Amino acid sequence: MTKKTSLGGKLYTALVFIFLYAPIAVLIVFSFNSGKSTSVFEGFSLYWYKELFNDAATLSAFKNSMIVAVVSSIISTVMGTAAATGIYNYKNKLVKTSIMTVTNIPMMNPEIVTGVSMMLLFVFIGAIFGKTGTLGFPTLIIAHVTFELPYVILNVLPKLRQTDPHLAEAAQDLGCTPLQAFFKVMLPAIMPGIISGLMMAFTLSVDDFIISYFVSGTTSQTLPIRIYSMTKRRVTPDMYALSTLIFLAILALLIVSNIISARGDKKLSRKGGSKK
Amino acid sequence: MNKKSSLMSRLAGAPYIVWAALFIIVPLCMVAYYAFTDNTGAFTIQNITGLAKYTDTFLLSIWLGLVATVVCLVIAYPLAYIMAQKGPEKQSTMTMLIMLPMWMNFLLRTYSWMTILEDTGLINTVITSLGFEPLQLINTRGAVVLGMVYNFLPYMILPIYTVMLKTDHSLVEAAQDLGGNKLDVFRNVTIPLSVPGIVSGFTMVFVPSVSTFYISQKLGGTGTILIGDIIETQFQTANNFNLGASLSFVLMILIFVCLAVMNRFSDDDGGVIL
Amino acid sequence: MSNNIIELKNISVAFDGQQIIENMNLYIRDKEFITFLGPSGCGKTTTLRMIAGFQEPDSGEVIFDGKVINGVPPHKRQLNTIFQRYALFPHLNVYENIAFGLRLKKTPEKEIKAAVTEMLDLINLRGFERRNISSLSGGQQQRVAIARALVVKPRVLLLDEPLGALDLKLRKDMQVELKNIQQRLGITFIYVTHDQEEALSMSDTIVVMDSGVIQQIGSPTDIYNEPKNAFVADFIGESNIIEGVMRSDFWVEMAGHKFKCLDKGFGVDEEVDVVVRPEDVDVVPVEEAMISGQVTSITFKGVYYEIIVEIKGFKWMIQSTEFQQQYSTIGLNIEPDAIHIMKKSQYSGLYGDYSSFSEEFDELSDATYDEDDE
Repeated sequence: MTKKTSLGGKLYTALVFIFLYAPIAVLIVFSFNSGKSTSVFEGFSLYWYKELFNDAATLSAFKNSMIVAVVSSIISTVMGTAAATGIYNYKNKLVKTSIMTVTNIPMMNPEIVTGVSMMLLFVFIGAIFGKTGTLGFPTLIIAHVTFELPYVILNVLPKLRQTDPHLAEAAQDLGCTPLQAFFKVMLPAIMPGIISGLMMAFTLSVDDFIISYFVSGTTSQTLPIRIYSMTKRRVTPDMYALSTLIFLAILALLIVSNIISARGDKKLSRKGGSKK
Repeated sequence: MNKKSSLMSRLAGAPYIVWAALFIIVPLCMVAYYAFTDNTGAFTIQNITGLAKYTDTFLLSIWLGLVATVVCLVIAYPLAYIMAQKGPEKQSTMTMLIMLPMWMNFLLRTYSWMTILEDTGLINTVITSLGFEPLQLINTRGAVVLGMVYNFLPYMILPIYTVMLKTDHSLVEAAQDLGGNKLDVFRNVTIPLSVPGIVSGFTMVFVPSVSTFYISQKLGGTGTILIGDIIETQFQTANNFNLGASLSFVLMILIFVCLAVMNRFSDDDGGVIL
Repeated sequence: MSNNIIELKNISVAFDGQQIIENMNLYIRDKEFITFLGPSGCGKTTTLRMIAGFQEPDSGEVIFDGKVINGVPPHKRQLNTIFQRYALFPHLNVYENIAFGLRLKKTPEKEIKAAVTEMLDLINLRGFERRNISSLSGGQQQRVAIARALVVKPRVLLLDEPLGALDLKLRKDMQVELKNIQQRLGITFIYVTHDQEEALSMSDTIVVMDSGVIQQIGSPTDIYNEPKNAFVADFIGESNIIEGVMRSDFWVEMAGHKFKCLDKGFGVDEEVDVVVRPEDVDVVPVEEAMISGQVTSITFKGVYYEIIVEIKGFKWMIQSTEFQQQYSTIGLNIEPDAIHIMKKSQYSGLYGDYSSFSEEFDELSDATYDEDDE
């Protein structure tokens, strides 16, 4: 399957990657600029990083983002896993397809519409109880759980389908109650799907701007909302510093996860190799 | 499955069904409700009929979204093809490199282009230092399309690449075996088989492009107002929820129609459902 | 008290309005090796799942050791199952898979160790304790599945096409091994298969099923030698099923000849189905023959030749150690004890002659994985 890529192909690949990474490189370089300019490099300095860490609003936004991401991804993973199990077991085709259609809506719908629709619901309910300012942490978490759920379900459902349908029966046959069979056998079997669903939910939550923007209210700014309000002002390199840190964090995460999965592969191949 | 355990697994789905009804279906009904009422809550279709003056904005949004999507497709397709031919080690590295910018916040990614394209930005600084007149780069439609392409390109590459990877290589060999030359095989086997990837890539680029507001705000200036910008203004500053809801309502329907047409088209053409 | 360990009384099951099992009555003796044999969708797997407790009958009683167990969930039944694809737990190693049932019973660690080790000896996998399930071959996985079920000391072991996923050679070995294990442990085995050879070589009793109805119950020799109807005759081994007329007791007329036979008790001139096994037909010179016909094809099979002979428009299959020229005319004799008379049934006339018989087709349908009636 592996073929030598032609010179043209290599050049093309290089160009696309330059396109993808050039802006990021610019950000990183100018985050170390000692001056305020974002086009002339005046000298190396960590000034903007210091600025960033002295910015209380940014730090609290970061904290908010983490809280929302952890809480919402756990809720959506638990509920989504249970939902996938349920959907997998529904016999009725019509029920199954209608649930899956509804599940697809948050993924197909423009994010702005999802955000607006939830905002309207929260404001409407608030109006019924004669309250203003209903938007805040709870609504933020509800919204995040809602848009994370489809991704959890779509990660878990294929794992359920891949699992031997007799696995749960085998456990019951050996003396498990149906509930025990789920926790002792099915759950470990679909765990990889649950974990990737959880990770996806977490990253989507940290990354989300558009939906959060409409449902967060003023008291519960997340990091992307903070970035948005900062970029509304005149550009200063402290944003660059923030970008650089986020980039490095993601890079580190990706490398670590790649090393872990590479180790897993090695382990597997060693096991496979020992079989004779 | 005996009765007890099947009952239990049915119940497992119940919380989600309630949740989905409350927070997916009801909010969409709320959009419809606000779209068809005035600020006193009385039924009206004036919000919708009043949208006529935004026709140009809708058309511009769809046009720029389409251009960005097609540009993405043109850039992504060869790259996906090249990637699919590589060995597994290179493939996983390249996939990682494509996903990495995706995980960076899209506000920051857009923002970086702003600083590059600005009148006093990096490109113009270089140009003027070489003694040329500075170019008008930012606040153009081209800049908006560039921002869309940059932000959503990975969403086009990855689905096409995934489909190509799954394609049974023996099909290509069979086609060659039957006497097809490279171009024939590419045209008659590789492209038709990658249609599902193109369709899902198209969706994943087109939908966020059409509905964006941040990209047009930062790169398009006052000359390029998209439908997303108007919706955002109604909810965040103008506080005209009824107008905002009716805009969202129409946008949603327009996009679903576009997607349905896309799916129809791919059904007839490649016999695949998204 | 009878020595029936399991009794099924007037069992009926339907899925989505489709009758899967119709008014079934069956008795299974303790310590016997009984096989449910039949084509896909005949209800054999459903019957097994009903005994295991994964399926409840719509009507009728499932009785285990004298007690009705309808409604008792699988984990409270004293029987264990070997599943089609083994259903080993992928996240546990060999030792933990086998120990699974014992751990649920809160057995002391020491006893678990002893029991698992004993099982590993039984299945010849000593030294595989820490191995991952995915690193085992199909045959090894099969044996772990057997050990996992047997370690909890069930009274009855249910096996659902356990050898379906193995290749031919391994299948033969496992057949012998399974039979040995059953005899050594002295427990009841209920075995489900669509492979008649497997059923004939392992079972004490075979239950032939079709369309949710038991067609015949008997020992392998009974089933082979005295099939009750055309379905059983066709499903078990090769057979020529010829339409005949009972002229009187011990005399049947078919293919234009009156044969002596050992059957009686039919009405005079009653139409019947006659079964003649291919290996029971003797080739003789035409002038001494009872019937004669033209050889339409001959295939070398190793030990014998398979010859298709056309007699009065009906193509017979016979097996002979002597070569016959194609298109030559040969004579055939059939001894009285080679003739088996069956009453007409709903299956009469469904199984034609060997004119459309093709090796390839036969093997193809054999190899089809039996998804059965879940």
